[in-house]
Amino acid sequence: MAESGGWLQALTEFSETTSPLDFVLIAQHYDLFLQGLMNTVGLVFFSLLIGGALAIPLGIVRAARQPVLNQLVWAYVYVFRGTPLLVQTYLIYYGLGQFEAVRDSFLWPFLREAWWCALIAFTLNTAAYTTEIFRGVIEATPHGEIEAAKACGMSPWTRMRRIVLPSALRRALPAYSNEVIFMLHGSVVASTVTIVDILGAGRTLNAKYYLAFEGFIAAAVIYMLLVYLLSRGFKLWEWKWHAHLRPREIEAVKEPAAAAPKAIGLR
Amino acid sequence: METVIDYMPSILRGTLVTIEIALASITLSVLMGLLGAWAKLSPVAAARKLGEAYTTLIRGVPDLVLMLLLFFGGQILLNRVGEATGLWGYVEINQFVAGVLTIGFIFGAYMTETFRGAYLSIPRGQIEAGIACGMDGSLVFRRIVWPQLVRYALPSFGNNWLVLLKTTALVSVLGLQELVYEAFTAGRSQRQLFTFMFVTLVIYLVLTAVSDAGLRWLDRKYSAGVRRA
Repeated sequence: MAESGGWLQALTEFSETTSPLDFVLIAQHYDLFLQGLMNTVGLVFFSLLIGGALAIPLGIVRAARQPVLNQLVWAYVYVFRGTPLLVQTYLIYYGLGQFEAVRDSFLWPFLREAWWCALIAFTLNTAAYTTEIFRGVIEATPHGEIEAAKACGMSPWTRMRRIVLPSALRRALPAYSNEVIFMLHGSVVASTVTIVDILGAGRTLNAKYYLAFEGFIAAAVIYMLLVYLLSRGFKLWEWKWHAHLRPREIEAVKEPAAAAPKAIGLR
Repeated sequence: METVIDYMPSILRGTLVTIEIALASITLSVLMGLLGAWAKLSPVAAARKLGEAYTTLIRGVPDLVLMLLLFFGGQILLNRVGEATGLWGYVEINQFVAGVLTIGFIFGAYMTETFRGAYLSIPRGQIEAGIACGMDGSLVFRRIVWPQLVRYALPSFGNNWLVLLKTTALVSVLGLQELVYEAFTAGRSQRQLFTFMFVTLVIYLVLTAVSDAGLRWLDRKYSAGVRRA
């Protein structure tokens, strides 16, 4: 017991004096970073979920070029893609309280909370970017597929559900995985509106002990791990969803290889 | 609305600072991007590894984290090194420099991919033909590679510029008096944060729209001689 205590003390001493980073201090505050991780992951997950759900109908409207609706959605997308997420978040969190009508409404208990405001801002932001991704992939649907669906007598709704969306969402995957990583990067804005996300945890730690490196470096490492996990996850997902685009299995590969010497002989 | 007009001078001054940061960091990022692309395309394995590490690191870590690390940590590191080597005295990194350095460094990684992709789209045969005509490396670069590099890199460069312009808003967190900072201070003192943030939003939209027009003009200029489908 005493021995293990001495060992821990030696490690702490090494961490505080010799090591360039006081890693024991970071480890001692794991609960702070855990809280940050929960906040970041929660905000990103829910904003992507709601934003993605919003973006599907909006993308369809854009692709269908509905006269008035299309322009409205275009304007929404243009505003949210053309301005910084920081300003959008400030506008909702700090701005909405300016109006008495908002302060008196039943929504105020939510709109007063930084977490909900950040969620709203992130959701609207990611929905705008995702709308454009969906518009692109819906428009890229091969013409023949739609013609075939029409020839089979499918209604526009059935066509969208059975033919257009399944293949369009698959095609959206590579661009969407980028959007997810951008959203994770963008979520650091939450730390500027008092939320303790991963960066917020790092800032809290640094402010508490008057440090310059430990909190930020710990945050950076956690973000890198998250990005790594996300990109691995999306690769796997893509591999599954794009199975039809993978090169065929060994039989198909063998054939050209067997044919190759002949081709060289011919030349 | 009258209050906004009262504060317009400071907001416009902030806008100017925003534009300055954006222009300074895009210049740095183009330099870093060319350097990075050169490293990633280099036949030397160590250079390729270094380039790979650079782009991976940047794409893994959010910009604000790097910015804070550089602003608070970089200064201490610089002074510790100065103290140890005795080469320089106390140095202070101001917010402008910290912002430009981090944004330039971050977007340098994206520019690396832009330029690398653009270089790879230039048909190999053209470069070989240039060498066959007796051009040396620099002449091949100047006459064959560069004009097409610009053409192929432009769409992605434009995207990067628009993202970069919005990223400059984060420098307000360091306390640099750019557009968001000025508007936020004014809005808080007048208790009209919505109005002032809305004005900020509109200014960013104007900047984006102007950039869009400029990029389209550049695109027309550099795609002269390309047949459109």
